[in-house]
Order: sequence, then structure tokens, then C-alpha cells
Amino acid sequence: METSKLTEEKIKRYLTEGKRFDGRKPNEFREISIETGVSKNAEGSARVKIGKTEVIVGVKMDVSEPYPDSPDKGNLMVTAELLPLSSPKFENGPPRFPAIELGRVIDRGIRESKFIEFEKLCIKKGEKVWTVFIDIYSINDDGNLFDAASLGALVALKNARIPKYNEKEERVLFGELTEKRIPLSKEIPLSLTVYKIGNNLLVDPTKEEEETSESRITIASSNGTIFSMQKGGLKELEIEEFYNMLNLIEKTEREILKKIEKYLK
Amino acid sequence: MTEENKRKIVIPGEVIVKGEDYLPGEGTQKKGKGIVSFRFGLAEELNKLIRVIPLSGVYQPRRGNVVIGKVENITFNGWVIDIDTPQNAFLPLTEVPKYVNKSNLEEVMDIGDMVIVKIIGINKRGIDLSIRGRGLGRLEEGIIMKINSNKVPRIIGKEGSMISLIKEETNCRITVGQNGLIWIGGSNIEDELLAKEAISFISERSFVSGLTDEVKKWFKQKKNKK
Amino acid sequence: MAKEFKRTDGRKVDETRPIKAKVGIVPNADGSAMFSFGDTIAIAAVYGPKKMHPQHQQDPEKGTLRCDYSMVSFSTPERIRPGPSRRSTEISKITQWALEPVLIIDQYQTMVVDVFINILQANASTRCAGINAAAIALAHAGIPMKNLVSSVSIGKIDKQLVVDVNKDEEDWEQGEGATDIPITLTPEGKITHIQLDGKITIKQLKEAIELAKNATKQIYEAQKKALKEFLEEKNKE
Repeated sequence: METSKLTEEKIKRYLTEGKRFDGRKPNEFREISIETGVSKNAEGSARVKIGKTEVIVGVKMDVSEPYPDSPDKGNLMVTAELLPLSSPKFENGPPRFPAIELGRVIDRGIRESKFIEFEKLCIKKGEKVWTVFIDIYSINDDGNLFDAASLGALVALKNARIPKYNEKEERVLFGELTEKRIPLSKEIPLSLTVYKIGNNLLVDPTKEEEETSESRITIASSNGTIFSMQKGGLKELEIEEFYNMLNLIEKTEREILKKIEKYLK
Repeated sequence: MTEENKRKIVIPGEVIVKGEDYLPGEGTQKKGKGIVSFRFGLAEELNKLIRVIPLSGVYQPRRGNVVIGKVENITFNGWVIDIDTPQNAFLPLTEVPKYVNKSNLEEVMDIGDMVIVKIIGINKRGIDLSIRGRGLGRLEEGIIMKINSNKVPRIIGKEGSMISLIKEETNCRITVGQNGLIWIGGSNIEDELLAKEAISFISERSFVSGLTDEVKKWFKQKKNKK
Repeated sequence: MAKEFKRTDGRKVDETRPIKAKVGIVPNADGSAMFSFGDTIAIAAVYGPKKMHPQHQQDPEKGTLRCDYSMVSFSTPERIRPGPSRRSTEISKITQWALEPVLIIDQYQTMVVDVFINILQANASTRCAGINAAAIALAHAGIPMKNLVSSVSIGKIDKQLVVDVNKDEEDWEQGEGATDIPITLTPEGKITHIQLDGKITIKQLKEAIELAKNATKQIYEAQKKALKEFLEEKNKE
């Protein structure tokens, strides 16, 4: 059963006092726990838990021809699957809009920030380049899959190692990893989402809070530079509100980066 | 069964006791010379009757149950209510104690409203509901929470002892639906959230004895923190 | 049969890989579990019984069990393109056939029990790990069951029978190659699922089934332990 109107009213009213059901402040995240190397056949992988929300992200790599308009650059492909096992809301079948949006938002954050140095993923110009595949799976949805997915993708990328490539036979030796990491820039394009409930803003909503919210903005940024942005939801935003959301994201970004520093070495 | 394993955890297919003079109660079947469980839960014995108390699983509606639901749809003669069962549940106009104008059903209860209802019949078509009776009808204010319906007896306690304890300690009115939906109404949100936390605490534990003392201790700890 | 047959990971011929089983890993689900044989890791979640959609698939006489088996793209050395394959569709069906005989769901007319299995890491025997996880998850979900079922793969590597096939053994090409026999048994020894591909005599097949009986006993104990420990741990919190 979805969150009742009664509970939604309460959530809104409580927020006007700056309070949330689980005692958090509006700019506070639930406990974040991150594990790396959770799937051995992946070139890199991570499990991220934010409160009860859990996602697993895997990085795979393969060699293929480059796109004609970027003959010396590697490629990126990000997909997300909202597994039916993770929530009664998700059905079996081809990806529907929420999964498609999640994949595309995470993709843009990583792509536009030039986090992956694609020129360094070129093996032979015009002929052979590496493609990085990032696959995101939800394991339990208790709100805020966007941010969990972003953390998972970044950590999995950081921890991934490039597999051996046999140039003569022109094939990847899957299962045999080199010591080389995926070439990444120093700036971490952390993606964070701010949600609007009534006239209040918060980060890291639980499922109940997410169902009560009317709008959200997801921003991938680093040190005050914004790489990608997406507004979702039906309600409109005042410009003041929008600026407040940007501020909230900037503040939260610093705190979250501190928490996850050790996984991004 | 000895006194110690009067209540032991059993899984489906497990032999609970062996012996000709035991009787198979709820959640069990007779198999050969023994009683076998077909549920995952706590097996208990009462005068040679063996039954298994399930600790998980969906709500099994029963006639007479008072449950909490959400209005899903309004038809020309009543309300379709979601009480968290796969079967459809319907509250007809005739089961509302006051006069309702056929064109004003949504004024009594609108889509999305939470209601306390009683199950008066279960048949192939679905579940029949009524709000004739004290305490039944639309819910105003308060918050709604959900626990597994199998834990409801634990929240109520022996002769209502557990629910009374929670009400006293939190100063809240609480209605526990047999389907696991619970309404909490207090004079402020902090009290309501404390009651919600207490109920979550109880429903996540499965032992039956000594729970009341644990809960009293828990409330003390919470109050000391303030 | 060589007495000292050396398996690639040093196991004895009748030894399974280390087994791990845990209940309740997906809080949203009505029941859930993880089960692993060494490096093969499966998770399963159960939702139901609940209303069956689409309506035309509802069975007015009894409840329906619906299984879906799927591997995450990075579970194997070569990436799997997301989406169902013929293989995953077939495994979904045989998983349903492996579990349904022990479920008591006649009373849930028009309703469905959905079981979702995802393989997070694959090193052969994935369908067996999936069935084992699903059986635990169904019990956790409170679905009435006559019994659990336990699944294992028996292999014939060249001429040697082994228990719990890993990828190296599955890919064996020397001598008579590899014969893979995934089999699911109830604790009473009834077969709810069996498949085979390779080359084997009837005599050896009977020996394989005996090996499976013993192996599934261990697996059953691990499944039972996971369920009981789950309740005991909750009490200690």
C-alpha cells in the first residue's frame, strides 16, 4: 500500500518544523555503507547501502571499434535496472521510464564531467578502443536510489581494473586483470538529489518521503562546478527555491565526500 | 514436548513431535506417527494440540476482524477499500450507520482516505465490510504504520496488556488493525513517533515470554535520553 | 574411477564448495534469502500471495507460482546483455517446476506467488543456487510448504562423478568431457527437478543420484540453519 494521505500530511507538517520521522534533519543522510569487489567476474563492483536502500553496481569492459566521430576515444554505456525483487512497485519486463531515467541521469553526470579520460582508453586509433559498461541494479528500494546509484557507479569505477588485451588475437582475456585502473580525472562528479515536500527541501528521502515529494532536482557537480542537472516531478519551482536547492546540494556534497573518501582512493 | 521446547522454531516439513496422541492444529499436519509443520514459525503445544504460530506471511482475512484500509474507488453504491489482501473488499452504502445521499458518497469517504472497517463476510466475490459499530469509520489526523499481520497478537498482548502499556507510555490513542495496519493518534508528533518506534521494536522480535519487561526497559531508556 | 581424482579447487569428489545461506536480505520483500556455493551467489525474493495481473492469467482453481531467474550483466567474465534470454526463460520454468510440488497454494485461487531470483556472481551451478535461495525465501515469506527442496549439480568429469560442479569442471573437454546433472530433491528423496547434458551410463546415473541424495542433506541443513538463525538473531537485537 502506498503512503497514506494522513501520513503525507504529517510528513509535510513535521518538515515545517525542520523535523523528520526518523529524527534526521532535512540535510542529513542516513547511514551509508559501501563494499567493493562484491562480484568477482566484474572488472569493478560496489554495493552501496543508504539506510535500507541497497544497490549493486558492476563495471565491465570490452574492446570494439570506436564511433566514427571519435576515432581515438573509448566509450561509456550506463544502464540501470529496477529489479522487481527490490520493491513491490517494480514489475518484470523491459525497462520502464524510472529505470531509463536513472541510467541516463547517472550517465550524464559521469560523461559530462569528463570523469573518464576517454582518450586514454584508445588502443589503436580508428580501430580498437575500450568501452566501459556500468550496470546498476536495485536490491532494495527504501528511497533515494538516485544517490545510491551514483555512489555505487563512482566507487565501482575507482576500484575497477582493466582486463588483459591480446593484441595479436584481438581479444580481451576476461578474468585476467592487469594492475591498470580506468583513467579517471581527479574531480569526483558526485550526484546528489534534493527533494521538495510542501514548501520544504530535504535530501535522502525514505520511501514514504519520496512518495510524498512533488519535485526533485538531481545535480552532478564537483567543487561548485555543475556538470549535469535533471528536474523531475510535477510541481513547479520558484527561482528562490531552486537556488536554495543548489545551496543544499553544495553543502551536502562536502559532507558526503568526506564520508566516502576512503573508497575513492 | 518438554517445558523448554514448548515453543521452538520450526521450518516447513520439520517433524515437531512424534507420538500417536498428539493432535494437528493450525499450521501442522499429521504424518505417519508424528505432527509435521507446514509453516515457518514457532511451534507450541497446548494439551496435546500442536500448532505453529507463523511469524511471517501475508494477512489471512477472517470474519469479525477489524482492519484498517484505504479507499481505492467509489462506485454508485459503496466504496472499494484496499485492506492489503489480494481479494477485493467492498463497503456498501447499507453498512453505513447514518443516512448517505447517493450522490455524495465522497463526502463520507473519499479516495485516499484511511478507514477502520469490520469484515462481515468472505466469499468467492470478495470481502464484505461494514462500519456499523463503535470506533469504525474514517480516520482523521494521526499517522498510519504497517507491520506484518502475524505480529498483531504480540502488539496487543495477553488481554491487551502490551497495547495498554504503549498507550500509557506515549499518551496516544492506538487502533491495531488485524491486517497489520495501525493508526496512532497523539497530541503531538513526538508522542506518535515514539509509539511507532515502540511498535516496530516489538514486531521485529519474535520471542513471546519476557517481552513486556523488555518493552518497559526500552521506554525507560528512551525517556532517560531526553 | 581414480581414487585420487584431483579437482581444480582441491575438493574431494563428494564435497560441495563452502555453502553460505542468509535470510531476510531484501527488507521490502515478503520473504528473501541469499544462497551461495563458493563463488556462485544467488539471491531470491518472494512477493505474495497477491492478486494476479494480468487478469486473464489468473487460475480460478488454485494459486499460481511464478518464477523469474535472471543473471546480472557482470556475473560472468563476459558481460551479459540485460534482458531475458532463452536460457533464462527455460531456467525460470524449471525453477517453478522444482519448487511447486512442495508448495501448498491450492487455497490461493486467482492469486500469484512471485519468486525473483538474481545471480550476482556465477561459477556454474547457478540454477541450483537459485532454487536453494528460493526455497528458503518461500518459507521466510510464510508460504505453506510440505517441505523445503535442495538442489545441487552432480558432474561426470571424464569418467569421474563429482558433487557441485564449478566452471572449470563444467568446461572440461578432456576424455569424455563434462556431463552436468543439476538435480533438486526433497528431504525425503523425491526428485522435483532433474536435467542432464553430456554422456553417461544408466549405472553411473544411479550412482550420481545417490551422491545427490547425500549432498542435498548437507544443503538442507544449511537452509534450515539459515531460517532458524534468522529468528534467533532478531531476538538478540
